[in-house]
Amino acid sequence: MTLELDADVLVVGGGPAATWAAFKAAEDGASVVLADKGYCGTSGATASGGTGVWYVPPEPEAREKAMASREALGGYLADRRWMARVLDETYDRINELAEVARYPFPVGPDGEPLRNGLQGPEYMRRQRIRVRRAGVSIVDHSPVTELLTADDGAVAGAAGYQRQADRAFRVRAGAVVLATGGCAFLSKALGCNVNTGDGALFAAEVGAELSGMEFSNAYGIAPEHTSVTKTAFYNYATFYRADGSVLDGAGSQRGRSVIARTLLASEKVFCKLDRADEAAREAMRRAQPNFFLTFDRLGVDPFTQPFAVTLLAEGTVRGTGGIRIVDDGCATTVPGLYAAGDAATRELICGGFTGGGSHNAAWAMSSGSWSGRAAARFARALGPSARERRVRAAGGAGLRPTGTTSSVSAAEVVAAVQAEVLPYDKNYLRHGDVLRTALGQLDGTWSAVRSGLRAEGTDVVRARQAAAMVAHARWMYTSALARSESRGMAKRLDFPDLDPAQHFRITSGGLDEVWARPQEVTA
Amino acid sequence: MIELVSAARCVTCDKCVAVCPTNVFDRGADGVPVISRQQDCQTCFQCEANCPTDALFVAPHTHPLPAESSAHDEEHLRRTGLLGSYRRDIGWGHGRTPGAARAVGPALSPSGPPLIS
Ligand SMILES: Cc1cc2nc3c(=O)[nH]c(=O)nc-3n(C[C@H](O)[C@H](O)[C@H](O)COP(=O)(O)OP(=O)(O)OC[C@H]3O[C@@H](n4cnc5c(N)ncnc54)[C@H](O)[C@@H]3O)c2cc1C
Ligand code: SF4
Ligand code: SF4
Repeated sequence: MTLELDADVLVVGGGPAATWAAFKAAEDGASVVLADKGYCGTSGATASGGTGVWYVPPEPEAREKAMASREALGGYLADRRWMARVLDETYDRINELAEVARYPFPVGPDGEPLRNGLQGPEYMRRQRIRVRRAGVSIVDHSPVTELLTADDGAVAGAAGYQRQADRAFRVRAGAVVLATGGCAFLSKALGCNVNTGDGALFAAEVGAELSGMEFSNAYGIAPEHTSVTKTAFYNYATFYRADGSVLDGAGSQRGRSVIARTLLASEKVFCKLDRADEAAREAMRRAQPNFFLTFDRLGVDPFTQPFAVTLLAEGTVRGTGGIRIVDDGCATTVPGLYAAGDAATRELICGGFTGGGSHNAAWAMSSGSWSGRAAARFARALGPSARERRVRAAGGAGLRPTGTTSSVSAAEVVAAVQAEVLPYDKNYLRHGDVLRTALGQLDGTWSAVRSGLRAEGTDVVRARQAAAMVAHARWMYTSALARSESRGMAKRLDFPDLDPAQHFRITSGGLDEVWARPQEVTA
Repeated sequence: MIELVSAARCVTCDKCVAVCPTNVFDRGADGVPVISRQQDCQTCFQCEANCPTDALFVAPHTHPLPAESSAHDEEHLRRTGLLGSYRRDIGWGHGRTPGAARAVGPALSPSGPPLIS
């Protein structure tokens, strides 16, 4: 039996972007269902990682400095008006967390309250409670697998499969917010294995566009064979070769590519956080208990003992590409469909680079809040007849194959995509020739998925994740090839310099036929 | 990855089954959760943080550990203080102060604020 629900607003996801969207939609008077693949409160990158937040008091000088600091890094593709909006919204939302939701922010040495970061488990546990108190119906372990559209093409809900209850579900809604996070290709980076780019696939299937997909090759540092890709404290690191000599040029912020190159040459890279003094060492433990979990359990003292490191792909989680948004409410090009957080493009505030740093968290809470309010307004304007609309399921690849036989498994598809997007010599250190070959492989994988990937029951979820990852990879490389220069994190070995003539964003989309084209940077 | 469920400590509250983002556990016949899909574990430590009796242990490795690993030795984990250490460090559990309230880290730049996450 299929579980049938209805709501003014359906929020897909359960991280910060989703919970802010659900909360603000409910506050605006909408009935809201929030469907999470995992568990709202523990699922997603923030819940496990925790985040620094772009929290800047509204003093003109501080704000100006904050906006200017990332413009060059981002390849001048960010937008000042959006930065200012996000700084305002983030400031308000963080203060709301402190004053209304009573998040226990710490107090600094001089007695000043500190509000520039959030502990993941604490933040998201409280977000869950708040959302429930606001009257939102949360359905956990309920991955959405496709959108529903009305006859006029507007998005009118979504369908999915409840893993634990082992039944299909369907939510009819006046508007849908996609807050499904980015895509980290099941790399096992901290908290990211729920983030397989599902929302982007759903969006593309109803004709929405993506933007900035070339900015999708973030890699986080972690001790070898472990998951914790918290990177701030590698600012205290010295990197070494196996023989104990210092690895020249290697670093966390600048010089991560040196680590990648060394690993590619089959050499191990070692690290010690030997530039932290005694006071810093103690403070570091208080700030990031999850960072030290790994070391304590490996029996390694990271300050004095060298440990081997690796780089784990974080794709668009700490990259900036995602679903293109077209107005201040984070609407997509498709009526009734909104996008927030890592699922949406973050170029508006970061341009072509984020990596570490607090913009992601600020974007998640700001875009989440805006999309929730805008979706509530959209649903209200439709009126109650919205729920009577005839709907059609929009899902394709992995759900409704065009062929008659089952010729490929989700696991095979995942392995095929990972072989093209995880290796540093394909995705991190990009070269046109390599990208073209990889894209050819991925196109072949897509054809196989389209014709022969079929699944039943709960396996549908894995099939759709696999399909979303292939789609993501193809938008990434098609967009990367459309930029014959180096800008932001989209660096090309064959075009190492920034080309002023390519000061544009790149919009992309399509499924069987993938396309990418320049888009003027406008406010 | 999740390596240990202590049947002796577990109070069969189903919390870990509910909170695991990647649906690794099933409830066993006796109510004690079973690690049914270890290969799906993303080593996020959430189950451990949410277990009220410190009955779970997540090893930092992203691959399964051999049977003889100390990650399966409950007594060893208890003695070394590793069992329940994450919950303790984030200040979750009765009578504890949330770690968030004292999360004052170092400042990464001379003019910047202390890191608090
Ligand atoms: C280790 C680490 C450290 C980080 N540190 C920082 C930092 O210091 N500062 C900063 O600004 N940013 C940081 N980031 C980035 C930041 O965590 C993300 O930008 C942020 O979590 C985005 O929020 P989100 O709500 O969009 O996505 P997420 O928090 O990833 O949540 C996505 C949610 O969508 C759900 N979902 C996925 N697919 C589906 C589906 N098909 N159906 C239903 N639900 C679905 C997931 O279960 C999850 O609940 C860090 C990231 C990592 C990995
Ligand atoms: S959370 Fe702990 S006590 Fe509860 S069922 Fe799981 S292991 Fe048992
Ligand atoms: S560590 Fe995370 S993914 Fe693994 S079992 Fe625990 S909650 Fe699930």
